[in-house]
Amino acid sequence: MALLQISEPGQSPQPHQRKNAVGIDLGTTNSLVATVRSGSEVILPDEQGRNLLPSVVHYESEGVSCVGYEAAEHNSSDPLNTLSSIKRLLGRGVADIKTLGDTLPYEFTSDEGGMPKIKTVHGAVSPIQVSSEILRKLSGRAELALGGMLDGAVITVPAYFDDAQRQATKDAATLAGIKVLRLLNEPTAAAIAYGLDAEVLDDESQQHLVAVYDLGGGTFDISILRLSKGVFEVLATGGDSALGGDDFDYAIANWLRTELDLGETLDVYEQRILLEAAKSAKEELSQNEQVELDILDSSLVLTRDTMYQLIDDLIDQTLLACKRSMRDANIAANSINEVVLVGGSTRMPRVAEKVSDLFGLEPKCTIDPDLVVAMGAAKQADVLVGNNSTDDMLLLDVIPLSLGIETMGGLTEKIIHRNTTIPVAKAQEFTTFKDGQTAMSIHVVQGDRELVSDCRSLARFELRGIPPMVAGSAKIQVSYQVDADGLLNVSARELTSGVESRIEVKPSYGLSDSEITQMLQDSVSYARDDMQARALREQQVEADRMLEDLQAAMDKDGSALLANSELQCLQVALQELQQFRDTSEDHRQLAAQIEIVGKTSEEFAARRMDASIKQALAGLSLDDALK
Amino acid sequence: MNNSKNFFEIFSLPVAWELDAEQLEVRFRALQKTFHPDRYASKSDFEKRLAVQMAATINQAYETIKTPLSRAQYLLELEDLDASQETHITSDGQFLMDQMLLREALSEIRGSENAKEALVSLSIEAQQTAAKIQSEFASQYQQKAYNKAFESLAKMQFAIKFIDDINELEAELEDL
Repeated sequence: MALLQISEPGQSPQPHQRKNAVGIDLGTTNSLVATVRSGSEVILPDEQGRNLLPSVVHYESEGVSCVGYEAAEHNSSDPLNTLSSIKRLLGRGVADIKTLGDTLPYEFTSDEGGMPKIKTVHGAVSPIQVSSEILRKLSGRAELALGGMLDGAVITVPAYFDDAQRQATKDAATLAGIKVLRLLNEPTAAAIAYGLDAEVLDDESQQHLVAVYDLGGGTFDISILRLSKGVFEVLATGGDSALGGDDFDYAIANWLRTELDLGETLDVYEQRILLEAAKSAKEELSQNEQVELDILDSSLVLTRDTMYQLIDDLIDQTLLACKRSMRDANIAANSINEVVLVGGSTRMPRVAEKVSDLFGLEPKCTIDPDLVVAMGAAKQADVLVGNNSTDDMLLLDVIPLSLGIETMGGLTEKIIHRNTTIPVAKAQEFTTFKDGQTAMSIHVVQGDRELVSDCRSLARFELRGIPPMVAGSAKIQVSYQVDADGLLNVSARELTSGVESRIEVKPSYGLSDSEITQMLQDSVSYARDDMQARALREQQVEADRMLEDLQAAMDKDGSALLANSELQCLQVALQELQQFRDTSEDHRQLAAQIEIVGKTSEEFAARRMDASIKQALAGLSLDDALK
Repeated sequence: MNNSKNFFEIFSLPVAWELDAEQLEVRFRALQKTFHPDRYASKSDFEKRLAVQMAATINQAYETIKTPLSRAQYLLELEDLDASQETHITSDGQFLMDQMLLREALSEIRGSENAKEALVSLSIEAQQTAAKIQSEFASQYQQKAYNKAFESLAKMQFAIKFIDDINELEAELEDL
C-alpha cells in the first residue's frame, strides 16, 4: 500500500493543494453557488439544505437585515425596503429605468452620476450594492462549506448583457470582496455543464451544433454553439436583457387588474399582491388547465388558454431572437443537433412547446434548468484556478452587441461587430473636422442601430493636445480592446504627435474606481489600514506569481532562447524583485518594481510566444502524419 | 508579441489566395488552446496581458484569412499596397451598370408578391457574380497584376455588400 505523504513543517505541499473555486449564478429571481468536488459539480446548499438563494435583500434603518428566503418574507409587508429582481436594474441608467415602466415598485433617486438608486429606510442604495449583498451571502455560504477563503469565482452573466451591465456585475463582486476569475455567459455555462456528459464528442472530427435557449426571471439569451472535442465555440448569441419570466407575471397581473376593475393606480402593496398572485397562477398552470384565484376579496378563474393569449407575444419575441441568431451564425434551424433549455421560465410547457416547434427537436433539459448554469460555472472556475490541469477545455465566446464610436451627424461607426470572438482588439483611424482642431471628443457606444441615440452610450472622453492642422490631416487612431470577460478598454492616439488618452470604459452611471475604493473603505470590514495592507498583499501575490512564472520559464527555455548576457540581466532583475518583495512595505514601490521586471522580460516573452506557436502547430503536423 | 509574423505565418500557412479552410480551423484551435486567456488565469498579470494580446491577434488573423474579402485585401496589403476601402474604385462601366440593375431589382422585390422566391434567385445570381470576381482576383494576384487585382477587390466589395443587403431584406421579410 502506498504511504500517505506528509510535508515538512512550514513547507506547504503547494502543487497538490486544491484551491477553493466556485461558480456563482447571480440570477434575477434566484442565485446559487456551486463547486467541483471529487470531479463532479455540486451545488452548495444553505444550512437548511436549500440550493437556491432568492435574490432578495431586505433593508432596515441600520442596514441590511437579511438576504434570501428570510428577506422574501417581507415582500408584502414591507415592499419598499424589500428589494427583488435587482438584476434588471444592474448597469442601467435612469433613462432605462423609465422605459422599464412602472413594473418595478420602488422609489428611485437619480444621483449626479445618473446611476439610479433605490430609496430605502437605510438611505439610497445602488443596484450594485444590492447585488454585492447577494454575492457576499453566497461567498459566505461557500467559505463555510469549503472551510476556507475563496481563491476565486466565476460569475455568470446573461450573454446579451452589454458592457455596462458586465462591468456592474464585476463591480458588485469586487464590493463583496470576491476575486473574479471570469465573467462567463450563462448559456455557455450551461453548455459546459451539458458538454461534460456529451456522448457525441468522442471523435475529434464530429461537430455538434447546439442551441441554448435560456429564459430566466428577467433576461433571455439564445446562444448557438459548435462543440467539438473539448472546444465550445459560440457562433452567435442574441437575446433581450429585459425580457423574462417576470414579464409573464406582469402581463398576468395586468390582466388581473383589469378583470378585477382595480383602476389605474394601485399602491405598492396591491401591486405586490397582484404580482404574487400572478406568479403562483403561472406556476400552477404548468400543471393544471385552469386555476381559481382569490385576490383582494374577489375571486376569478384563469385558464391556460387565456394565459397563453397574454404571454404568447412575449414568447414569440424570444423566437424571433433565435431566428436572428441562427441567421448570424449562418445556420438553418434543421441543422441544429440539440436544443438545451435553461432558466426557470423554461419549465412552462408553453415555452418548451414553442421552442420545440421552431427547431423541430425535442428540447433537452436533463439537468435542472435552475441549477445548470451554476454547475457549468463551477467547472470553469475549477479549471481556471488550476485545480484541473488535465482538462483541455477551451471556450471561445463572442461579444453580443457591436461596439462603435459616434461620428458626425450622430451616426454610429462600428469598430467591433457583434458575434466577434473575444478577446479582440481593433483600431480605426479618424480625423479632425475643423482647421486647427486641437481636441476630439470620443463617444463610445454599444449596439447595432445606425443612430447613436438608439445605441447604448458607454463612455465619453476627450483626446486633447492634437497639434493644430488643416481639417482632415490629423490621424487619430482609436483602439478598442475587449478582454475574455467581454469588457472593453478604449484608447485614442494622435499618430503624428503621439498624444495619447486611455480609459477603462466605465459607464457614465456606473461606479468609478475611487467610488468602489471608498465604498470598500466605508464598509465595516475594511478600515483604511486594511486597505493598505490588502493592496500590499495583492502586490506581493503578483510578485510571487511573476517570480514563479519567470523562473519556471527561464529554467525551461532560458538557455535556448536567451543569450548569456540577457539571461544574467533577467536574473538580476528577478533578484531585485525578490528583495523588494521581502522587504518593501509600500505597495506602489513593489508595483513599480514589478513593472520594471515586466519590461525587462518583454523580449523573452515574445520569443517564448513564438516558440509556443511552433510547438502548438508542430504537435499538429505529427497528428496529421499519423492519420 | 512578435509583430514580424504576418497572419498567414501565425498559422504556418502559405501566403496565398487558395486556403485550406480545414487546416486553418484546426490550427486556429490548436493555437487558442495554447494562448487563450483561460490558460493564464492563475498566472501573473503580466503574462495575462500578453495572453490577451496574443489571443486577440490570433482571432484577428483567423477572421482576416477566413473571410474572402478581407483575405484579398490583406494579401494586397502584404505587397505593401494600400488596400483600404476608400481608395479604390472600379472603372469597369459594364460592371457598374450590372450592379445598378441588380440594386433596382432588389428594391423592387420589397413589397412585391412573390418576394421570397425572387430573393432566392437574386441571391443565387449574386453568389455567382461574387464567385466569378473571386476567381478573377485569384489569377490576377497570382500573376502579380496588382492593379487589376485592386479593381477586382473593389468589385468584390460591391458584390459582398449586395449579398449583405439581400440577407438583410430576407431577415426583414422573415420577421414580418
